[in-house]
Amino acid sequence: MLLEVAELAVDLPAPGGSQRVVDRTSFSLAEGESLGVVGESGSGKTMTALALMALTPEGAQVSGSIRFEERELVGLGEETMRQLRGDRIAMIFQEPMTALNPLHSVGAQVAEPLMLHRGLAKGDARQRAIELLERVRLAEPERAARSYPFALSGGERQRAMIAMAIGCSPRLVIADEPTTALDVTVQARILALIDGLRAESGMAILLVSHDLAVIAGHCDRVMVMYAGVIMESGPVDAVLRRPRNPYTLALLEARPRPGAPRGARLATIPGAPPAAPEHRAGCPFAGRCALTLDQCWTTPPPQVTFGANHMSRCHRAGDVGFVR
Amino acid sequence: MSHALRFRPRGGASLWLGAALVGALIAAAAVSLVWTPYPPAAIDIPHRLAPPSAAHWFGTDNLGRDVASEILAGSRISILVGVVAVSIGLAFGVALGLLAAFAKGLTEDGIMKLSDFVFAFPALLTAIMLTSTLGPGVVNAIIAIGVYNVPVIAKLTRATANGVLSREYSLAARAAGRGPVAIAFDHVLPNIAPALIVQATIQFAIAILAEAALSYLGLGAQPPQTSWGKMLADAQNVLYNAPRLALYPGVAIALSVLGLNLLGDGLRDALDPKLKART
Repeated sequence: MLLEVAELAVDLPAPGGSQRVVDRTSFSLAEGESLGVVGESGSGKTMTALALMALTPEGAQVSGSIRFEERELVGLGEETMRQLRGDRIAMIFQEPMTALNPLHSVGAQVAEPLMLHRGLAKGDARQRAIELLERVRLAEPERAARSYPFALSGGERQRAMIAMAIGCSPRLVIADEPTTALDVTVQARILALIDGLRAESGMAILLVSHDLAVIAGHCDRVMVMYAGVIMESGPVDAVLRRPRNPYTLALLEARPRPGAPRGARLATIPGAPPAAPEHRAGCPFAGRCALTLDQCWTTPPPQVTFGANHMSRCHRAGDVGFVR
Repeated sequence: MSHALRFRPRGGASLWLGAALVGALIAAAAVSLVWTPYPPAAIDIPHRLAPPSAAHWFGTDNLGRDVASEILAGSRISILVGVVAVSIGLAFGVALGLLAAFAKGLTEDGIMKLSDFVFAFPALLTAIMLTSTLGPGVVNAIIAIGVYNVPVIAKLTRATANGVLSREYSLAARAAGRGPVAIAFDHVLPNIAPALIVQATIQFAIAILAEAALSYLGLGAQPPQTSWGKMLADAQNVLYNAPRLALYPGVAIALSVLGLNLLGDGLRDALDPKLKART
């Protein structure tokens, strides 16, 4: 396994103690595999991604185990971690507008990790940066390398970000909502580009998104997070076609579908995600769930498995119906 | 396409008027290094309190010194104090501000509380305390004004640096494996430079005022050095006989401070991309 995460927990400092934003999270990722992470805002997706790179905010407590290429990352020194970042593990960010420094040329920013991790001289790194910009299919890579971020469109900027991330041939690329800020046609092209690069280089992808369609089309496996907990995980087909968790089912029903009768209201999930872990005694989704039992409030839900690798954390996993 | 657009200064009038006034100040100081109508400290009692004439453009003071020469020579002290005091402020302030922004936690709290403590004393009071402890003189006046500049710059640096550090490209730089020093020099400093330049200009004006005040009180420039503040103090003794003597250094100080403030405002308009985006 390339990446094995076990019982990962992240606590952020909060007024009057700390808040657990990622809880009991375990998953693994093989070479060349693509894992989707889906959930509402504040479900701990991004914090999980940042924990993998040890980039959690100041004061955050990370516990559990993150094994990457047979090496334990939790508790690893900042100096060693810095050598891994951008080299073995890279990250693509959500906002290509703000993830590039407006004061440096695109070429210089793509060349940066190459000079840092591969020790390339400036000229060689620039040359390699142009090749990378070509590889992410930016039109006129020489011109793009000389340009400053303001001169590129959102899609071009995201391609430049991807070129920056893949420069040192990382084994794991974490893409945190890489297409959320882009329009739909550009989004499709960027995702196809990421798929192509994965097939070429055999890197693994952790794709964070709140868009089920994106996950369905571009991932092998998916995990559904809610309030910092993995509610359900498994192969994309199994989880999205035959969800075994009421939360996954509710998410699927809340998505707009073609062919729905005109004027029909979109299904919603009543209530809001818990701001503080008030239900920690039981299931975090208790109270918003259509299937809540008394024990949901008092007892943590068990992990129920269905076939190969399909897991649901629910007292009533067996009762969850088919998607209509 | 838009390089011409990017660097076109906005708020033009104040920028250019400020630049012209500051340019005149610098020119006066430069000229005084090689030439003044008379030696600025040369006493000529027979011709004391002479009115303005072709021989003495601004007349002479109560000891017969040529006022025009004194004004020219006085600009040197103003510039010297401004440049050195602002440099002290920038050197220590930027270093402390960056340290605070990167270190976070106790270090940040400590630096900021110390800054607040120093900042809480009015500039002039700090300067008077320091010069009365260290002794009067230009060097001590510069140190005193420089010390006052440190917390101003440190607070600005920390606040703007935190703004840059919260931007996604700073996180992206960390995700690419860059260390704090590289991020400070490559990402933070270039992005906060405009704010620092504007603040430095304004601190320069404050430094000129503070130097004039200290010299007026006798804590700054000492004879035979000439300073606008000292000229004001001398003029006070003969205020009823020759009120114009107070006018020349007063106008020189006012125009210098006005010029620097206009330049600061103009630079802020020219360097702030958010203001530019509005047109």
